[in-house]
Amino acid sequence: MLDRLSFPQPWLSLTLFATWQFLSDGISGGSVVLGIVLAWGIPQLTRGFWPDRPAVIRGWRAPAYALRVLWDIIVASVEVAKLILSPRQPRPMFICYPLELDHPLAISILVSTISLTPGTVGADVSDDNKLILIHSLDAEDEQEVIDTIRARYERPLLEMFR
Amino acid sequence: MSTFAEYAVSALLLVGGAFTLIGAIGLARLPDFYTRLHGPTKATTVGVGAIVVSSVIYFSTLGRGIGIEEVLITAFLFMTAPVSANFLAKAAMHLEVKTTENTRGQTWDQ
Repeated sequence: MLDRLSFPQPWLSLTLFATWQFLSDGISGGSVVLGIVLAWGIPQLTRGFWPDRPAVIRGWRAPAYALRVLWDIIVASVEVAKLILSPRQPRPMFICYPLELDHPLAISILVSTISLTPGTVGADVSDDNKLILIHSLDAEDEQEVIDTIRARYERPLLEMFR
Repeated sequence: MSTFAEYAVSALLLVGGAFTLIGAIGLARLPDFYTRLHGPTKATTVGVGAIVVSSVIYFSTLGRGIGIEEVLITAFLFMTAPVSANFLAKAAMHLEVKTTENTRGQTWDQ
């Protein structure tokens, strides 16, 4: 019974509570009550889906990674825009990317990053978490795409999650 | 509102509108399902991003504080766009949607 009333993930609960306060129009009694209900209910409902936490999270590396991804989104969006407006046909390719990361949370961040940066969509993760299938909009060479993702995104994530 | 802020807001709105339009053109022009998947997750990211930043600047200069709601909208968008793209791609693979002839590489069947 007490277990049902607990907060299994304090940081998630805190984030949810703060987010709700920012989304409501100013802090009031109602927004605080609803915020507490959400901060309790959402972690309780989703607790079965969360993977175990990685042993080490180096959080101070996250802002640098986020800035790099943001910059890449802008640069690559311009390239996709050019491709869409140019008369030549794109050269799409399916690429199997061998993962070095093994933690589920890190993998989902990597796949999201791949999907957000224009030119590539993360299509699937293999059942044993060893491969990702990437669809690339306009690729010259399979190895080139793999090397870029390895150097720009996977290595920093490897540093971040141990 | 200062002249500089006005120029910044106008420029960002134009950039955002242009990218959203290009994303829509891409949706119509690209040859198969998988390539069309790149439109909504991509060009639109920058399009909506630029419009949201212009909204932040506009409401900040009106003196109502920095619009944290817009920043949260961007964060939600960046979290949900890859997930929906991933599900669409998985569904397409499951249904064995046809790819264009010049697509190299294979999809999985698992």
